[in-house]
Amino acid sequence: MVEDLVLKKNLLILTACCTLAVAMPLASAQDETEKAIEKYRQMLKEDPWSNPGLLDSDRGEGLWKTAAGPNKVTLEKCDLGQGAGVVDGAFAELPRYFADAGKVMDLETRLMWCMEKLQGISHDELVRRPYPAGGQPVKDLGAIATYVASKSSGMRFAAKLDQPQEKAVVDEGHAIFFRRQGPHDFACATCHNESGKRIRLQGLPYLADSKEAKQAVGQWPAYRVSTTQVMTMQHRVYDCYWQMRMPELEIGSDVSVALIAYLVKNAEGGEIVTPGLKR
Amino acid sequence: MRNIAIAVAILIAGATGASAQQKPAADTAKVDADSAKAFPTAPADWKSRFEQDETTKECSINENSPPKPVAEAIGKREKARIEYPADGGLMGDWQSGEKLAQSGYGLRFTDYPARQTNGGNCYACHQLTKAEVSYGTIGPTLLNYGRIRNFSEADTKAVYDKIYNAQAAYPCSNMPRFGTNKVLTIDQIKDLVALVMSPDSPVNK
Repeated sequence: MVEDLVLKKNLLILTACCTLAVAMPLASAQDETEKAIEKYRQMLKEDPWSNPGLLDSDRGEGLWKTAAGPNKVTLEKCDLGQGAGVVDGAFAELPRYFADAGKVMDLETRLMWCMEKLQGISHDELVRRPYPAGGQPVKDLGAIATYVASKSSGMRFAAKLDQPQEKAVVDEGHAIFFRRQGPHDFACATCHNESGKRIRLQGLPYLADSKEAKQAVGQWPAYRVSTTQVMTMQHRVYDCYWQMRMPELEIGSDVSVALIAYLVKNAEGGEIVTPGLKR
Repeated sequence: MRNIAIAVAILIAGATGASAQQKPAADTAKVDADSAKAFPTAPADWKSRFEQDETTKECSINENSPPKPVAEAIGKREKARIEYPADGGLMGDWQSGEKLAQSGYGLRFTDYPARQTNGGNCYACHQLTKAEVSYGTIGPTLLNYGRIRNFSEADTKAVYDKIYNAQAAYPCSNMPRFGTNKVLTIDQIKDLVALVMSPDSPVNK
Protein backbone atom coordinates (compact mmCIF):
# COMPACT_ATOMS: atom_id res chain seq x y z
CA MET A 1 0.00 0.00 0.00
CA VAL A 2 2.74 2.40 0.98
CA GLU A 3 4.67 1.23 -2.07
CA ASP A 4 1.66 1.93 -4.28
CA LEU A 5 1.49 5.47 -2.98
CA VAL A 6 5.21 5.96 -3.50
CA LEU A 7 4.98 4.76 -7.09
CA LYS A 8 2.01 6.99 -7.84
CA LYS A 9 3.79 9.99 -6.39
CA ASN A 10 6.91 9.24 -8.43
CA LEU A 11 4.90 8.83 -11.58
CA LEU A 12 3.27 12.19 -11.06
CA ILE A 13 6.60 13.88 -10.54
CA LEU A 14 8.15 12.11 -13.52
CA THR A 15 5.26 13.13 -15.71
CA ALA A 16 5.77 16.70 -14.61
CA CYS A 17 9.48 16.51 -15.51
CA CYS A 18 8.80 14.99 -18.92
CA THR A 19 6.13 17.54 -19.77
CA LEU A 20 8.53 20.34 -18.98
CA ALA A 21 11.24 18.73 -21.10
CA VAL A 22 9.03 18.49 -24.18
CA ALA A 23 7.41 21.87 -23.85
CA MET A 24 10.57 23.96 -23.93
CA PRO A 25 13.62 24.47 -26.12
CA LEU A 26 16.09 21.80 -25.09
CA ALA A 27 18.78 23.89 -23.44
CA SER A 28 16.41 25.66 -21.10
CA ALA A 29 14.40 22.45 -20.71
CA GLN A 30 17.58 20.92 -19.39
CA ASP A 31 17.87 23.60 -16.72
CA GLU A 32 14.20 23.17 -15.91
CA THR A 33 14.56 19.40 -15.71
CA GLU A 34 17.52 19.79 -13.42
CA LYS A 35 15.49 22.20 -11.27
CA ALA A 36 12.54 19.82 -11.19
CA ILE A 37 14.81 16.96 -10.17
CA GLU A 38 16.39 19.18 -7.53
CA LYS A 39 12.88 19.87 -6.24
CA TYR A 40 12.22 16.13 -6.28
CA ARG A 41 15.44 15.58 -4.30
CA GLN A 42 14.28 18.17 -1.78
CA MET A 43 10.93 16.40 -1.44
CA LEU A 44 12.76 13.12 -0.91
CA LYS A 45 14.73 14.71 1.88
CA GLU A 46 11.53 15.91 3.50
CA ASP A 47 9.83 12.57 2.93
CA PRO A 48 12.60 9.98 2.97
CA TRP A 49 10.16 7.15 2.29
CA SER A 50 9.47 8.35 -1.24
CA ASN A 51 12.84 7.39 -2.81
CA PRO A 52 12.31 4.22 -4.91
CA GLY A 53 15.90 3.23 -4.08
CA LEU A 54 14.77 2.55 -0.53
CA LEU A 55 12.81 -0.45 -1.75
CA ASP A 56 16.14 -1.95 -2.86
CA SER A 57 17.74 -0.87 0.39
CA ASP A 58 15.01 -2.75 2.29
CA ARG A 59 15.52 -5.76 0.06
CA GLY A 60 19.25 -5.51 0.79
CA GLU A 61 18.60 -5.50 4.54
CA GLY A 62 16.56 -8.66 4.16
CA LEU A 63 19.32 -10.29 2.09
CA TRP A 64 21.96 -9.30 4.65
CA LYS A 65 20.04 -11.26 7.27
CA THR A 66 19.14 -14.23 5.07
CA ALA A 67 21.20 -17.42 5.01
CA ALA A 68 22.60 -17.93 1.51
CA GLY A 69 25.29 -19.68 -0.53
CA PRO A 70 26.63 -23.24 -0.18
CA ASN A 71 27.44 -22.53 3.50
CA LYS A 72 23.87 -21.35 4.22
CA VAL A 73 24.90 -18.48 6.48
CA THR A 74 23.90 -14.81 6.61
CA LEU A 75 26.25 -11.88 6.17
CA GLU A 76 25.74 -10.79 9.76
CA LYS A 77 29.33 -11.78 10.63
CA CYS A 78 30.74 -9.80 7.72
CA ASP A 79 33.32 -7.28 8.94
CA LEU A 80 32.98 -4.07 6.94
CA GLY A 81 35.79 -2.48 8.90
CA GLN A 82 33.99 -1.61 12.14
CA GLY A 83 33.88 -5.16 13.51
CA ALA A 84 31.86 -8.22 12.54
CA GLY A 85 28.30 -7.33 11.64
CA VAL A 86 28.58 -3.57 12.24
CA VAL A 87 26.72 -1.80 9.44
CA ASP A 88 25.98 1.63 10.90
CA GLY A 89 28.59 4.10 9.71
CA ALA A 90 30.69 1.44 7.96
CA PHE A 91 30.26 2.92 4.47
CA ALA A 92 31.46 6.34 5.63
CA GLU A 93 34.90 4.85 6.35
CA LEU A 94 35.30 2.81 3.17
CA PRO A 95 37.38 2.09 1.15
CA ARG A 96 40.00 0.84 3.62
CA TYR A 97 42.76 -1.71 3.93
CA PHE A 98 41.61 -5.09 5.24
CA ALA A 99 44.41 -7.13 6.78
CA ASP A 100 42.46 -10.39 6.44
CA ALA A 101 42.25 -9.94 2.67
CA GLY A 102 45.58 -8.12 2.35
CA LYS A 103 43.86 -5.57 0.11
CA VAL A 104 42.19 -2.20 0.02
CA MET A 105 38.47 -2.71 -0.64
CA ASP A 106 35.47 -0.55 -1.38
CA LEU A 107 32.02 -1.54 -0.13
CA GLU A 108 31.01 -3.80 -3.00
CA THR A 109 34.39 -5.54 -3.14
CA ARG A 110 34.24 -6.16 0.60
CA LEU A 111 30.71 -7.54 0.34
CA MET A 112 31.85 -9.91 -2.41
CA TRP A 113 34.71 -11.01 -0.17
CA CYS A 114 32.25 -11.81 2.63
CA MET A 115 29.92 -13.63 0.24
CA GLU A 116 32.87 -15.70 -0.94
CA LYS A 117 34.52 -16.38 2.42
CA LEU A 118 31.45 -16.66 4.66
CA GLN A 119 28.75 -17.91 2.33
CA GLY A 120 31.03 -19.92 0.04
CA ILE A 121 29.82 -18.34 -3.21
CA SER A 122 32.50 -18.65 -5.89
CA HIS A 123 34.37 -15.56 -7.02
CA ASP A 124 33.60 -16.37 -10.66
CA GLU A 125 29.89 -16.44 -9.95
CA LEU A 126 30.07 -13.12 -8.09
CA VAL A 127 31.84 -11.26 -10.89
CA ARG A 128 30.04 -12.87 -13.83
CA ARG A 129 27.05 -10.55 -14.37
CA PRO A 130 26.93 -8.21 -11.40
CA TYR A 131 24.79 -5.45 -12.91
CA PRO A 132 21.13 -5.41 -13.96
CA ALA A 133 19.96 -4.90 -17.53
CA GLY A 134 18.12 -1.64 -18.26
CA GLY A 135 14.88 -1.35 -16.30
CA GLN A 136 15.66 -4.38 -14.12
CA PRO A 137 16.09 -3.89 -10.37
CA VAL A 138 19.61 -3.79 -8.95
CA LYS A 139 20.94 -7.29 -8.28
CA ASP A 140 21.31 -8.75 -4.77
CA LEU A 141 24.88 -7.56 -4.23
CA GLY A 142 23.89 -4.03 -5.25
CA ALA A 143 20.79 -4.13 -3.03
CA ILE A 144 22.94 -5.13 -0.05
CA ALA A 145 25.41 -2.35 -0.91
CA THR A 146 22.52 0.11 -1.07
CA TYR A 147 21.36 -1.03 2.37
CA VAL A 148 24.82 -0.72 3.92
CA ALA A 149 25.46 2.68 2.29
CA SER A 150 22.07 3.97 3.46
CA LYS A 151 23.18 3.23 7.03
CA SER A 152 25.78 5.99 6.61
CA SER A 153 23.37 8.45 5.04
CA GLY A 154 23.65 11.86 6.69
CA MET A 155 27.25 11.17 7.72
CA ARG A 156 30.35 12.55 6.00
CA PHE A 157 32.99 10.67 4.05
CA ALA A 158 35.66 9.95 6.61
CA ALA A 159 37.76 7.18 5.09
CA LYS A 160 41.22 7.81 6.51
CA LEU A 161 43.13 6.28 3.60
CA ASP A 162 46.35 7.02 5.46
CA GLN A 163 47.87 3.53 5.62
CA PRO A 164 50.72 2.95 3.15
CA GLN A 165 48.61 0.41 1.22
CA GLU A 166 45.71 2.87 1.11
CA LYS A 167 47.87 5.78 -0.02
CA ALA A 168 49.31 3.63 -2.81
CA VAL A 169 45.80 2.73 -4.00
CA VAL A 170 44.63 6.38 -3.97
CA ASP A 171 47.73 7.35 -5.96
CA GLU A 172 47.04 4.53 -8.39
CA GLY A 173 43.45 5.74 -8.75
CA HIS A 174 44.76 9.22 -9.49
CA ALA A 175 47.00 7.84 -12.23
CA ILE A 176 44.13 5.77 -13.66
CA PHE A 177 41.88 8.84 -13.66
CA PHE A 178 44.33 10.42 -16.11
CA ARG A 179 45.19 7.22 -18.00
CA ARG A 180 44.25 7.64 -21.66
CA GLN A 181 43.44 4.46 -23.53
CA GLY A 182 41.15 2.80 -26.02
CA PRO A 183 40.32 3.77 -29.60
CA HIS A 184 39.18 7.25 -28.50
CA ASP A 185 42.17 7.95 -26.20
CA PHE A 186 39.72 8.63 -23.39
CA ALA A 187 40.51 8.90 -19.69
CA CYS A 188 38.16 9.83 -16.83
CA ALA A 189 39.89 13.21 -17.01
CA THR A 190 38.64 13.76 -20.57
CA CYS A 191 35.19 14.57 -19.18
CA HIS A 192 35.72 15.14 -15.45
CA ASN A 193 38.74 17.42 -15.12
CA GLU A 194 37.11 20.80 -15.58
CA SER A 195 34.14 22.62 -14.09
CA GLY A 196 31.00 23.53 -16.04
CA LYS A 197 31.51 21.22 -19.01
CA ARG A 198 28.87 18.99 -20.51
CA ILE A 199 28.37 16.16 -23.02
CA ARG A 200 25.43 17.15 -25.20
CA LEU A 201 23.27 18.66 -22.43
CA GLN A 202 24.47 16.44 -19.62
CA GLY A 203 26.48 18.33 -17.01
CA LEU A 204 29.76 16.71 -15.94
CA PRO A 205 31.11 16.89 -12.41
CA TYR A 206 34.74 18.01 -12.02
CA LEU A 207 35.78 14.97 -10.04
CA ALA A 208 39.45 15.80 -9.61
CA ASP A 209 38.22 18.76 -7.56
CA SER A 210 37.11 18.39 -3.97
CA LYS A 211 34.10 20.73 -4.16
CA GLU A 212 32.34 18.94 -7.00
CA ALA A 213 33.52 15.47 -5.94
CA LYS A 214 31.85 16.06 -2.56
CA GLN A 215 28.54 16.82 -4.25
CA ALA A 216 28.70 13.95 -6.74
CA VAL A 217 30.28 10.98 -4.98
CA GLY A 218 28.06 10.99 -1.89
CA GLN A 219 24.95 10.29 -3.95
CA TRP A 220 25.98 6.77 -4.97
CA PRO A 221 24.43 4.20 -4.87
CA ALA A 222 21.68 6.21 -6.54
CA TYR A 223 18.26 5.60 -8.02
CA ARG A 224 18.40 6.61 -11.70
CA VAL A 225 15.19 8.01 -13.08
CA SER A 226 16.23 7.30 -16.71
CA THR A 227 16.84 3.58 -16.15
CA THR A 228 14.39 3.14 -13.21
CA GLN A 229 16.97 1.24 -11.20
CA VAL A 230 19.55 1.70 -8.50
CA MET A 231 23.08 1.98 -9.81
CA THR A 232 26.02 1.35 -7.49
CA MET A 233 29.41 3.07 -7.66
CA GLN A 234 31.11 0.02 -9.21
CA HIS A 235 28.34 -0.05 -11.82
CA ARG A 236 28.73 3.70 -12.42
CA VAL A 237 32.45 3.29 -13.14
CA TYR A 238 31.79 0.21 -15.35
CA ASP A 239 29.32 2.25 -17.39
CA CYS A 240 31.88 5.05 -17.88
CA TYR A 241 34.31 2.45 -19.24
CA TRP A 242 31.62 1.26 -21.65
CA GLN A 243 31.25 4.83 -22.87
CA MET A 244 35.04 5.09 -23.15
CA ARG A 245 34.95 2.13 -25.59
CA MET A 246 36.83 -0.04 -23.14
CA PRO A 247 36.15 -3.72 -22.48
CA GLU A 248 33.96 -4.71 -19.51
CA LEU A 249 35.64 -3.53 -16.32
CA GLU A 250 35.55 -6.33 -13.74
CA ILE A 251 33.73 -5.56 -10.51
CA GLY A 252 36.19 -5.43 -7.64
CA SER A 253 39.20 -5.21 -9.97
CA ASP A 254 42.22 -3.28 -8.71
CA VAL A 255 41.44 -0.60 -11.30
CA SER A 256 37.85 -0.03 -10.15
CA VAL A 257 38.77 -0.10 -6.46
CA ALA A 258 41.64 2.35 -7.02
CA LEU A 259 39.40 4.75 -8.93
CA ILE A 260 36.73 4.62 -6.23
CA ALA A 261 39.35 5.19 -3.52
CA TYR A 262 40.64 8.23 -5.43
CA LEU A 263 37.12 9.62 -5.85
CA VAL A 264 36.24 9.07 -2.19
CA LYS A 265 39.51 10.72 -1.14
CA ASN A 266 38.58 13.74 -3.27
CA ALA A 267 35.11 13.72 -1.69
CA GLU A 268 36.47 13.57 1.87
CA GLY A 269 34.18 15.50 4.23
CA GLY A 270 31.31 15.46 1.73
CA GLU A 271 27.86 14.46 2.94
CA ILE A 272 26.60 10.97 2.15
CA VAL A 273 23.01 11.08 0.87
CA THR A 274 22.40 7.52 -0.29
CA PRO A 275 20.47 6.30 -2.06
CA GLY A 276 20.79 9.44 -4.16
CA LEU A 277 18.62 10.41 -7.05
CA LYS A 278 20.03 10.83 -10.55
CA ARG A 279 18.64 11.75 -13.90
CA MET B 1 80.36 9.48 -17.59
CA ARG B 2 78.05 7.61 -15.24
CA ASN B 3 78.00 10.59 -12.88
CA ILE B 4 76.92 12.87 -15.68
CA ALA B 5 74.11 10.48 -16.58
CA ILE B 6 72.92 10.43 -12.97
CA ALA B 7 73.15 14.20 -12.73
CA VAL B 8 71.07 14.55 -15.89
CA ALA B 9 68.55 12.06 -14.53
CA ILE B 10 68.24 14.04 -11.31
CA LEU B 11 67.83 17.29 -13.23
CA ILE B 12 65.09 15.79 -15.40
CA ALA B 13 63.36 14.30 -12.38
CA GLY B 14 63.59 17.64 -10.57
CA ALA B 15 62.16 19.56 -13.51
CA THR B 16 59.24 17.18 -13.92
CA GLY B 17 58.50 17.24 -10.20
CA ALA B 18 58.30 21.01 -10.19
CA SER B 19 56.06 21.22 -13.25
CA ALA B 20 53.30 18.98 -11.92
CA GLN B 21 52.76 19.52 -8.24
CA GLN B 22 49.90 17.07 -7.74
CA LYS B 23 51.29 14.29 -9.86
CA PRO B 24 50.57 10.88 -8.30
CA ALA B 25 53.43 8.86 -6.96
CA ALA B 26 51.85 5.81 -8.60
CA ASP B 27 53.94 3.04 -10.00
CA THR B 28 53.09 3.13 -13.72
CA ALA B 29 54.22 -0.47 -14.22
CA LYS B 30 51.65 -1.51 -11.61
CA VAL B 31 48.95 0.62 -13.28
CA ASP B 32 49.73 -1.11 -16.58
CA ALA B 33 49.70 -4.56 -14.98
CA ASP B 34 46.44 -3.89 -13.11
CA SER B 35 44.86 -2.51 -16.28
CA ALA B 36 45.77 -5.70 -18.12
CA LYS B 37 44.00 -7.72 -15.40
CA ALA B 38 40.90 -5.52 -15.09
CA PHE B 39 39.17 -6.68 -18.27
CA PRO B 40 39.19 -10.48 -18.12
CA THR B 41 36.34 -10.89 -20.62
CA ALA B 42 38.04 -8.75 -23.30
CA PRO B 43 38.53 -10.55 -26.62
CA ALA B 44 42.17 -11.19 -27.52
CA ASP B 45 42.17 -8.53 -30.25
CA TRP B 46 41.00 -5.88 -27.75
CA LYS B 47 44.32 -5.92 -25.89
CA SER B 48 45.37 -2.72 -27.64
CA ARG B 49 42.48 -0.95 -25.90
CA PHE B 50 44.15 -1.04 -22.51
CA GLU B 51 47.70 -0.80 -23.73
CA GLN B 52 49.06 2.66 -24.40
CA ASP B 53 51.17 4.05 -27.21
CA GLU B 54 53.96 6.52 -26.56
CA THR B 55 51.65 9.50 -26.99
CA THR B 56 48.87 8.35 -24.65
CA LYS B 57 51.53 7.36 -22.14
CA GLU B 58 53.12 10.83 -22.19
CA CYS B 59 49.75 12.59 -22.03
CA SER B 60 48.63 10.45 -19.08
CA ILE B 61 51.79 10.91 -17.04
CA ASN B 62 51.76 14.65 -17.69
CA GLU B 63 48.00 14.95 -17.09
CA ASN B 64 47.57 16.43 -20.58
CA SER B 65 50.01 19.30 -19.92
CA PRO B 66 53.24 17.95 -21.40
CA PRO B 67 56.45 19.94 -21.04
CA LYS B 68 57.40 21.72 -24.26
CA PRO B 69 59.93 19.21 -25.62
CA VAL B 70 57.49 16.36 -25.00
CA ALA B 71 54.67 18.29 -26.67
CA GLU B 72 56.87 18.96 -29.69
CA ALA B 73 57.81 15.30 -29.97
CA ILE B 74 54.13 14.30 -29.79
CA GLY B 75 53.16 16.84 -32.45
CA LYS B 76 55.89 15.66 -34.79
CA ARG B 77 55.11 11.98 -34.27
CA GLU B 78 51.35 12.38 -34.73
CA LYS B 79 51.71 14.62 -37.79
CA ALA B 80 53.64 11.84 -39.49
CA ARG B 81 50.69 9.50 -38.84
CA ILE B 82 48.16 11.50 -40.88
CA GLU B 83 47.19 9.86 -44.16
CA TYR B 84 45.53 11.69 -47.04
CA PRO B 85 43.05 10.62 -49.71
CA ALA B 86 44.70 9.24 -52.86
CA ASP B 87 43.04 11.87 -55.07
CA GLY B 88 43.95 14.74 -52.77
CA GLY B 89 40.35 16.00 -52.35
CA LEU B 90 39.55 16.80 -48.72
CA MET B 91 35.88 17.81 -48.94
CA GLY B 92 33.16 15.20 -48.93
CA ASP B 93 29.42 15.56 -48.43
CA TRP B 94 28.27 17.77 -45.54
CA GLN B 95 24.91 15.99 -45.24
CA SER B 96 26.65 12.69 -44.53
CA GLY B 97 28.93 14.64 -42.22
CA GLU B 98 25.96 15.95 -40.23
CA LYS B 99 24.71 12.36 -39.72
CA LEU B 100 28.16 11.30 -38.53
CA ALA B 101 28.35 14.30 -36.20
CA GLN B 102 25.07 13.21 -34.59
CA SER B 103 25.97 9.54 -34.16
CA GLY B 104 27.85 8.20 -31.18
CA TYR B 105 27.52 4.65 -32.38
CA GLY B 106 30.42 2.27 -32.49
CA LEU B 107 33.20 0.44 -30.65
CA ARG B 108 31.35 0.05 -27.31
CA PHE B 109 31.23 -3.56 -26.17
CA THR B 110 27.50 -3.59 -26.86
CA ASP B 111 28.10 -2.50 -30.49
CA TYR B 112 29.17 -5.94 -31.72
CA PRO B 113 28.40 -7.27 -34.26
CA ALA B 114 28.27 -3.75 -35.72
CA ARG B 115 24.77 -2.72 -36.83
CA GLN B 116 25.92 0.52 -38.46
CA THR B 117 29.12 2.42 -39.21
CA ASN B 118 30.97 4.26 -36.46
CA GLY B 119 29.86 7.80 -35.74
CA GLY B 120 32.03 10.81 -34.99
CA ASN B 121 29.78 12.04 -32.14
CA CYS B 122 30.98 15.62 -32.72
CA TYR B 123 27.92 17.14 -31.01
CA ALA B 124 28.86 15.38 -27.78
CA CYS B 125 31.59 18.02 -27.38
CA HIS B 126 31.08 20.75 -30.01
CA GLN B 127 28.42 23.20 -31.10
CA LEU B 128 28.15 22.97 -34.89
CA THR B 129 24.84 24.08 -36.40
CA LYS B 130 22.32 26.57 -35.02
CA ALA B 131 19.57 23.98 -35.36
CA GLU B 132 21.13 21.47 -32.99
CA VAL B 133 20.85 22.91 -29.49
CA SER B 134 21.84 19.69 -27.75
CA TYR B 135 25.60 20.05 -27.94
CA GLY B 136 28.43 19.60 -25.49
CA THR B 137 31.08 22.07 -24.40
CA ILE B 138 34.24 20.02 -23.89
CA GLY B 139 35.47 21.26 -27.27
CA PRO B 140 35.18 24.79 -28.72
CA THR B 141 32.13 25.92 -30.68
CA LEU B 142 32.49 25.35 -34.43
CA LEU B 143 29.54 27.50 -35.44
CA ASN B 144 30.49 29.45 -38.63
CA TYR B 145 33.92 27.88 -38.52
CA GLY B 146 34.44 27.88 -42.30
CA ARG B 147 32.85 31.29 -42.90
CA ILE B 148 35.05 32.97 -40.28
CA ARG B 149 38.07 31.57 -42.13
CA ASN B 150 36.81 32.52 -45.61
CA PHE B 151 36.59 28.83 -46.51
CA SER B 152 40.32 28.89 -47.17
CA GLU B 153 42.19 25.90 -48.52
CA ALA B 154 44.78 26.03 -45.75
CA ASP B 155 42.06 25.90 -43.10
CA THR B 156 40.32 23.05 -44.92
CA LYS B 157 43.52 21.04 -44.68
CA ALA B 158 43.95 22.04 -41.04
CA VAL B 159 40.42 20.78 -40.28
CA TYR B 160 41.16 17.48 -42.04
CA ASP B 161 44.34 17.16 -39.98
CA LYS B 162 42.54 17.97 -36.73
CA ILE B 163 39.87 15.35 -37.27
CA TYR B 164 42.36 12.76 -38.50
CA ASN B 165 44.75 13.35 -35.64
CA ALA B 166 44.10 16.32 -33.35
CA GLN B 167 47.31 15.76 -31.46
CA ALA B 168 49.44 16.74 -34.44
CA ALA B 169 48.43 20.37 -33.88
CA TYR B 170 47.39 20.11 -30.22
CA PRO B 171 49.49 17.60 -28.31
CA CYS B 172 47.41 15.86 -25.61
CA SER B 173 44.18 17.36 -26.93
CA ASN B 174 41.09 15.67 -25.45
CA MET B 175 39.89 14.92 -28.98
CA PRO B 176 40.15 11.35 -30.27
CA ARG B 177 42.60 10.67 -33.11
CA PHE B 178 39.78 9.56 -35.37
CA GLY B 179 41.82 8.67 -38.43
CA THR B 180 44.98 7.35 -36.84
CA ASN B 181 43.01 5.15 -34.43
CA LYS B 182 40.79 3.88 -37.29
CA VAL B 183 37.57 5.10 -35.67
CA LEU B 184 36.56 6.86 -38.89
CA THR B 185 37.55 6.19 -42.49
CA ILE B 186 39.17 8.79 -44.74
CA ASP B 187 35.85 9.21 -46.59
CA GLN B 188 33.98 9.81 -43.33
CA ILE B 189 36.56 12.39 -42.29
CA LYS B 190 36.10 14.16 -45.64
CA ASP B 191 32.36 14.32 -44.96
CA LEU B 192 33.04 15.93 -41.61
CA VAL B 193 35.47 18.40 -43.20
CA ALA B 194 32.61 19.39 -45.54
CA LEU B 195 30.25 19.86 -42.60
CA VAL B 196 32.69 22.32 -41.02
CA MET B 197 34.13 24.00 -44.13
CA SER B 198 31.54 23.89 -46.93
CA PRO B 199 29.76 27.21 -47.69
CA ASP B 200 26.57 25.13 -48.16
CA SER B 201 26.79 23.51 -44.73
CA PRO B 202 24.36 24.67 -42.02
CA VAL B 203 27.44 25.18 -39.83
CA ASN B 204 28.20 28.25 -41.98
CA LYS B 205 24.66 29.51 -42.56
